Order: sequence, then structure tokens, then C-alpha cells
Amino acid sequence: MADITLTIDGKTCKAKPGQSIVDAAKENGIYIPVLCNYEGLKPAGTCRICTVRVGGRFMAACTTPVGEGMIVESGTPDIEDMRKAIVEMLFVEGNHMCPCCEKSGNCELQALGYRYQMLVPRFPYLWPASQVDASTPKIFLDKNRCVQCLRCVRGAVTPDGKHVFGLLNRGDRTAIAIDHALASKMTDEMAQKAMDSCPVGAILRKEVGYVVPIGMRKFDSKPIGSDIGQ
Amino acid sequence: MLDVIRDVQSETGSVSEEAIVQIAAAMNVSQVDVEGVVTFYHFFSKSPVGKYSVYLNNSAVSFMKGCAAIAKAFEQEAGCAFGKTTADGNIGLFYTSCIGMNDQEPAAIINDVVFTNLTVEKVKEIVAGMKAGKSAKDLVKQFGDGQNQSELVKSMVNNNIHKKGLVLFAPFEAGSAVKKVATMTPDAVVEEMKVSNVRGRGGAGFPTGMKWDFTRKSEGPKRYIVCNADEGEPGTFKDRVILTEMPQMLFEGMAVGGYAIGADEGLLYLRAEYMYLKNYLENVLEKMRKNNQLGKDIAGKKGFNFDIKIQMGAGAYVCGEESALIESAEGKRGQPRNRPPFPAQVGFMGKPTSVNNVETFCCAARIVLEGGAWFAAMGTLQSKGTKLLSVSGDCKKPGIYEIEFGTTVKTLLEECGAMDAVAVQIGGPSGTCIGKKDFGRRICYDDLATGGSIIVMGPKTDILQVVHNFMEFFVEESCGWCVPCRAGNKILTERLEKIMHGKGSATDLTELESWCAIVKSMSRCGLGQTSPNPILTTIQNFRELYEAKIQKGKDYVSEFDFAAAVKESCAVANRKPLSEGH
Repeated sequence: MADITLTIDGKTCKAKPGQSIVDAAKENGIYIPVLCNYEGLKPAGTCRICTVRVGGRFMAACTTPVGEGMIVESGTPDIEDMRKAIVEMLFVEGNHMCPCCEKSGNCELQALGYRYQMLVPRFPYLWPASQVDASTPKIFLDKNRCVQCLRCVRGAVTPDGKHVFGLLNRGDRTAIAIDHALASKMTDEMAQKAMDSCPVGAILRKEVGYVVPIGMRKFDSKPIGSDIGQ
Repeated sequence: MLDVIRDVQSETGSVSEEAIVQIAAAMNVSQVDVEGVVTFYHFFSKSPVGKYSVYLNNSAVSFMKGCAAIAKAFEQEAGCAFGKTTADGNIGLFYTSCIGMNDQEPAAIINDVVFTNLTVEKVKEIVAGMKAGKSAKDLVKQFGDGQNQSELVKSMVNNNIHKKGLVLFAPFEAGSAVKKVATMTPDAVVEEMKVSNVRGRGGAGFPTGMKWDFTRKSEGPKRYIVCNADEGEPGTFKDRVILTEMPQMLFEGMAVGGYAIGADEGLLYLRAEYMYLKNYLENVLEKMRKNNQLGKDIAGKKGFNFDIKIQMGAGAYVCGEESALIESAEGKRGQPRNRPPFPAQVGFMGKPTSVNNVETFCCAARIVLEGGAWFAAMGTLQSKGTKLLSVSGDCKKPGIYEIEFGTTVKTLLEECGAMDAVAVQIGGPSGTCIGKKDFGRRICYDDLATGGSIIVMGPKTDILQVVHNFMEFFVEESCGWCVPCRAGNKILTERLEKIMHGKGSATDLTELESWCAIVKSMSRCGLGQTSPNPILTTIQNFRELYEAKIQKGKDYVSEFDFAAAVKESCAVANRKPLSEGH
């Protein structure tokens, strides 16, 4: 099928049919921030940080496919401020401890906080009483740091199609949980994969950590998105 | 999976860890997925809910009608607090969101049996009956009007139909709609829907003809018709009355839809709160099958095959959203799907599906009989036909009104006996709260759109309390999937509380408004896109209520309560708190 032409923030872009706005933007050197989106996983649209405006309507750029002649607004001041608000909401709805977190410097939420120059969240902290589930042999699941992006839910699947992670409850009590029966059979490789896919420090491997010193990590020298564009 | 869990819940009073392990093994899914479903719905519980589980409605109107006193009476009589079960495991007390009985509040559901117009006296009798081991059904003393008295319903629920119009409550001859549609081509049926310009009655108002056309044109060997009977918007109960009085018309409307889009299976997704109607509805379906109004070669027309199955919900407002409803009907957590694809393309079991409201199907049956032009002659430019309204709150005649689209709020208030109304909530919490200056506006998609919920607030009702009740409802009913809805509604509610507690400043009010806009813009589905409306529309129309609560001339007021924070330690140390300068 022929390429699709669309504009993102005034720039004419080429994209493939069926491609998401986020991916199309990336290929055209435009950075649209993502947090729940992860390569190789079906987009979930949980974090909404990639929200763009098309024809006056807001939509998530990770779950919306490109269309011919589409005019996408992404980096406008009002949208950027709402994205910043999402980062702030995540900071207040969790209990984040950046200075001592194993993911510091590799954490996408922290990196987005820097990118949006968040000094202090505009929202009051909600101080949820979250727990750490350390009952499985290979990993810790720290719900204090979880952003419920569902990368682990989508990605950690056994060969026979069963989910190792799931979502419990609903509303403001919604939380990620681990399937204890399946987690007990988790290999080191699966544990590492789960930890790597987690954008924050909610999934951490047991018995290993801080291998790369803080200060020499992914986002310590290069801000998030700098590999794609402005 | 929902049916399996439901059976376990009703037979054992809970869905225990062991039960979860067994269900997961039987369904070949992980345990965490089963637990995810169990913990998503109101009427499933991992811990025991008692031999008798009382679910008292905590909607705003229930509180207007004395829910607080009823709750207290239940606690005193049963001897346990809400959220708990009695020590002997006999009685459990729980709150639940609107159960579709707003015209007869306070109301509660006990073991699927509905108890309405509760008084302290009635509560005493009910609890005594439960303690004596009587079945919940036997505790119902008198039955309501109409079909509520029929052998298979026998419920104390009343229909309260105060005004009948030409579409819903005009006489309907059983079998007439399927007979008529059998003489038409599917194209002609869709065309007639388009001529009628009927729009979805659930509230969103999408043109039905267009929806059916899209679904029909989606490729695939199989398509589905789904009826959304999950009316959960607080204050709406119109579908309850249709299901009680006009089920034949509804099911024929579904058959009409099936014929139009080329579906031979229909699903009625019935909210768990209406479990008391299930046997009755199954009986109607059975009769229809016998009378060749459902099943094979309907009305003698070769190839007109259509049958209907009832799928029970389990208590979740968000399942009224069509894609969440489909997820739930497939046995999963009722989380809305990302769109595209739309249900018309990929719906129930991955097949093209048209999800329509109960009332919409009834309109379809009537349109087939009377013609699209007849229907379009009623109403306004963009809103054709009539609309069923569920009126409740501070009015003399709460109940059902079938009005022609375009009727003013004022006319409706006169009819329901609410001449002293101060505010009217149009379209439930997700709709608009208007004041007197807007009572001349019209009820229709072009002006004040509503899925049917109209809540009247009189001079004695505290509007901010109602707003707070609505916000708590959204916090509870958010599916939790996306950040702005999950965290945002909680944040909005806390800021509202700060203002209501007299700890707000002008800055708080400005911020609250701007945060509402963020939640509306960034949320994934209709729930979060409309949940800030109670706050936004009351700031717009009743700003003086907020102004009266905030501290004037201050940029910032701390919500930190020093005295409260040190109260416990002061009590332990037997000291009085010191404050600055003392």
C-alpha cells in the first residue's frame, strides 16, 4: 500500500498505513513522549502522555493509527502542559523515591520529570498505602513505584499464553499483582526481561542490583527523547 | 467466566483463594487473571459477604431520601458496621452505587431481592426476618404495580409510569414488528432507521441507522446484536421499566436489528441489579421461541434466524460503555477498549457488533411498524421521537415520563411537581447541573442531552454534597486503566473536599477548574471525559456556593490541621497542643 502523508506540528510526514502516530512521528524525527508504550507490545493507552490533538479531538498517539491528510498537533503549549500534569499525577499517586531507587537514571518517569522540568507536582500527594510483594523467588514487585503502564501484564506471558502479571480491583484502588504460582517458576531471564520492560522501579530483580553506578545510566547524560528529535 | 464466578459467589457467599485456583485451572488462565475479574465487580467478593448480603444504595438521591438513617438502622439491628459481616457470618452490610431505584429510595438489594422505600421500621422487620432464617424473597410483603406482580417477578418495585407517549408506551401487539420486518429487505430496514433519524438512547446519541449500516458492511461470517441493559448512570431507571412492561417490544426490536445487520445471535447484557427480572425475561424469550417470534425462520420467513441470550453483569458502572460491556460479556474485567477498531468492526468475540440501548431497540420496533417519517415528525431538528426520562429527587411524582424531544425543563418540573426546584441534574452525574435561569431550555440532543436521568434538587438539598457524592461515585467506578481518570478523579475530589471544609482559597477554585479540563481532555473513555462535569457545571452555574466556602483575600490556605495531627499524641502525653506564639 502507498505511503500516507500527514502533518505533525506543521511538518509533512510520510507514514505506512496502520502505523501509529507515535511510530510515524519517531520515523520522521519528531519525539512524542510515551511511557506505557513499549516496542513489541500491543499499545495499551494507559498513561495518556502521548495525547495529541487531531481535528480538535484529543487522542492517544500510541493507539491511534495514522490517516491520510491527518493534521496532528503535538508539541503545543497546552498539550505539553497536560503531559506534564500526567507526569505529576503519577508522582502524587505513587510513593516515588528517586534518590535511592535502583532504576534512577534508567527510569522513564524520572526522565520525563526532568524533561518537563517538574520541580514539584501541582497536585497534592495522595500518599497511598502501597505494598511490596517480595514473596516470589526472583523479583520484588514494589507497588509504591508502579505507574500501571501494563507493560509487564502485556509482556510477561508464559509459553502457553498465561499472564504472569495482572490487574486487580478498580478505581483508585487498581493495582498490579503477580501470579504467585507462575512467578515461582520464573527464570532469571524472564525476571530480567520483566525488570527491563518496567519503565520505573516497580519490578526489580532479587540478588542483583546497582551494577551500573548511578551517574552512568541511560538518561544521566542524554535526556529522554534526545535520540529521536526535539 | 462471569457466570462461573457468579455461581460460586452465590452458592458459597464468596470467591475464595481456593475457588480462584480451581476456576483458573478449569478455564486454563492464570490465577491473577481470575482474581482480577473477581476484584473488579461490586457483587463479587474474595471474603465472605454473609448468608444475607445487604447492598444499600449510596447514591445522592438515596441520601436525599434518608439513606443515612437507614444505614444506621441496619447497623444497629444487625450488629455490625457497613463493609463488614456479623460475627456469625449471617448478615453482611455493604454500600453499592445506584441500583436503578431512584424513584423509590432508599433501596437495597438483599440476595438479589430488591427492597424499596425503606424505613427504619421496615429495616427492623427485614433484619428480624434474616435473623429468623427466612429467605429474602419471603421478606417482601407487598408487590409493586404492573408486571412487578407477575408470578415470575413478585417484586415490591413500582413502575411509577406518570406519562405515556406514542413510541414506548403505546399499545404493542406481540409479534407485529418481526412480522412486519420479515416483509422488508435489510436495506429497507436500515433506510427506515435513517429516515427516522433515531439516535442512541443511552446518552451519546449516535445515529442508530448509521451504526447498523457500519456493522452490516463490516466483513465477516458472523455478527452480533447486543442490548445494553446496564443502565448505571445514577438516577436512571427507565430501562428497568421497559424490561418490566415492554420486554416483548424490546426483544422484537433486537430481532429487527439482527435482521438489518445480518446477525443471528443477540445478547441482552443485564445489569446484576436487575437479577430479579431474569426468570421473567427468560420466560418471555421462551414464549417468543414457541410463537415463532425468535428462533429459526421467524414469522415464517426462510432464513430469518435470530435468538437472544441473557448475560448477567456483576456490578460496574463502566460496563455501560459499549466496549467495556463487550469485554465484560466475554468474561473479563469491564475495561473499555482502545478505539479504533470500533465494535462495529471488531466487537463481541472479535466479530462486528452493534451495541444499542434498551430504549433504542424499542424505538426500532416502533419505527418498523409506523415508519421512519412518522417517527421523525416528532421532536426537534436533531432529536426525533420521544424520550423516556427517569425523574427523581426533590419532586412530588418521581418516576417515568415519556416526553417528546424538545420539552422544556420547566414543563417537566411542573408535571413532576417540583415547582420549588433550585437545580436540576440533566443526564446524571456525567451530564449538566443547571439552575433556574436555564429551566426554559429544552431536553434534546441539540440543547440538554440526556440518557434519561433527571435529578431534581430542591431548596433543602445541599448541592455541593451532591457534587461530592457524584465525584466519589466516579472515583469508585473508574476502571483504573488510564492515569487521568484513575488519579485525576481522586485529586479533584480531594480538592473539592478542601474547599467544602472551608480550607480553600480563590487559587484552589481556579486550579480545580483547570484540573477538570486536564482530566476531560486526557482520559481514555467517556467516563473520565465527563466525570469532572459535576464540578465544572456547578462552578459555572452555582459559583456562589463555592465562593461562600473559600477564604477571601488569601492566595493560599493550608489544609493541614495541626490540632488534628497531634491530637493522638497529645492524648497519649496528656498535654495540650502548643501553637505558634504561645
